[in-house]
Amino acid sequence: MSKALLGWRELKPGGIIEEPGNSSKRLTGDWRTFKPVINQDKCTRCLRCWIVCPEPAISVVDKQYSWPNGRSWKFTVEVNYDYCKGCGMCVEECEPKAIDWVEEVK
Amino acid sequence: MSQMAKPFFRTVYDVPREEYFAPGHGLCAGCTAGTIVKLLLKVAGPNTIVVNATGCVEVSTTPYPYTSWEVPWIHVAFENTAAVASGIESAIRVMKAKGRLDPSKQINVIALAGDGGTYDIGLQALSGMLERGHKVMYVLYDNEAYMNTGIQRSGSTPEFAWTTTTPVGSVLRGKVQQKKPISDIVAAHKIPYVATANPGYFADMMTKFKKGLETNGPSFVHVIQPCTTGWKFDPRYGIVLSRLATETGIWINWELENEQFRVTVPVPRRKPVRDYIKMQGRFSHLTDQDIEEIQKIVDQEADRINKMVGRTVIGPVVEQ
Repeated sequence: MSKALLGWRELKPGGIIEEPGNSSKRLTGDWRTFKPVINQDKCTRCLRCWIVCPEPAISVVDKQYSWPNGRSWKFTVEVNYDYCKGCGMCVEECEPKAIDWVEEVK
Repeated sequence: MSQMAKPFFRTVYDVPREEYFAPGHGLCAGCTAGTIVKLLLKVAGPNTIVVNATGCVEVSTTPYPYTSWEVPWIHVAFENTAAVASGIESAIRVMKAKGRLDPSKQINVIALAGDGGTYDIGLQALSGMLERGHKVMYVLYDNEAYMNTGIQRSGSTPEFAWTTTTPVGSVLRGKVQQKKPISDIVAAHKIPYVATANPGYFADMMTKFKKGLETNGPSFVHVIQPCTTGWKFDPRYGIVLSRLATETGIWINWELENEQFRVTVPVPRRKPVRDYIKMQGRFSHLTDQDIEEIQKIVDQEADRINKMVGRTVIGPVVEQ
């Protein structure tokens, strides 16, 4: 993050940024004070959190997961804590209350 | 046209997994603009050129030398979003005619602007674009003030709302004027597609984006965007509040497709506007009488919509 700024010789004409989506180098995860933790045993994979996440820090990954009662899911919802700003919109949207709101302790 | 009536997005499983909006942008925690832009790009896909007016989304997604956009994107001033989008669309049309681009390739041109850049500053460029009939989708994310520069009033700010330029004190009690009905003004241009949308109803919103992109001509989608900083509510309630706007009838999700008016999210039992107003700090000075006044205006608007549709789509207020 704390890299030196580009000098004028290195700048592209017109201020073009040649690398799409390079803001992912900025880790905004240090903004948060509370973090959402998905309880995979409660998560019904409705994907509401994935839809509302404004970051987007929540992703759907093809990872098998089985509930203790034997029901298995082909995909899992994961939070990327490098980017999650801790707004809590996913916690509010979660219908089965599967996302815990945990204070960040360092 | 009968095909168009079918919803494109019905459930979360219709939403593509690809992301074209990268994380690491500087939007406030809990800013619903992130949700709107993310879903917009999911609908539009990679063959898209975005023309972005100055505003929250522009400032926070492109802190030079970084960008959150994975599609071609250009920043323009407040006043010329629609003009630049028109130029890009015309260039694509000419290059297709000259054979420099594959004519069968669909390239979406999206103009994205906030309420300041649309209601106030960019209105004449927008009107010109609509009149000339460029095939551009104009997306307006409406956070009801100039949030980017520090919460100044705009033409979109509703009556009684606190902003830094309509302060609350012994003389003024928030904004004096009403919110400008921008979608009605755009609809008066008789363009093929006008819609109002709400991120709380994501399938409805994405369907409208899709319809807008598939329209052969200009289209306009007006999206409400609750602003945690300017409206003064807890960041976690962004989506709850936008849904509440529809549930109370303050925000009506409609679409006007080829002169056919349709309310896409009917509200059979409306909640009182108090529920919506009490959640926001910008309305914290309101008395019961003021809320009553707002309720009256919302009732009138609901009546007008019901008359236009010809049946009751926005129902009466029911205390819950």
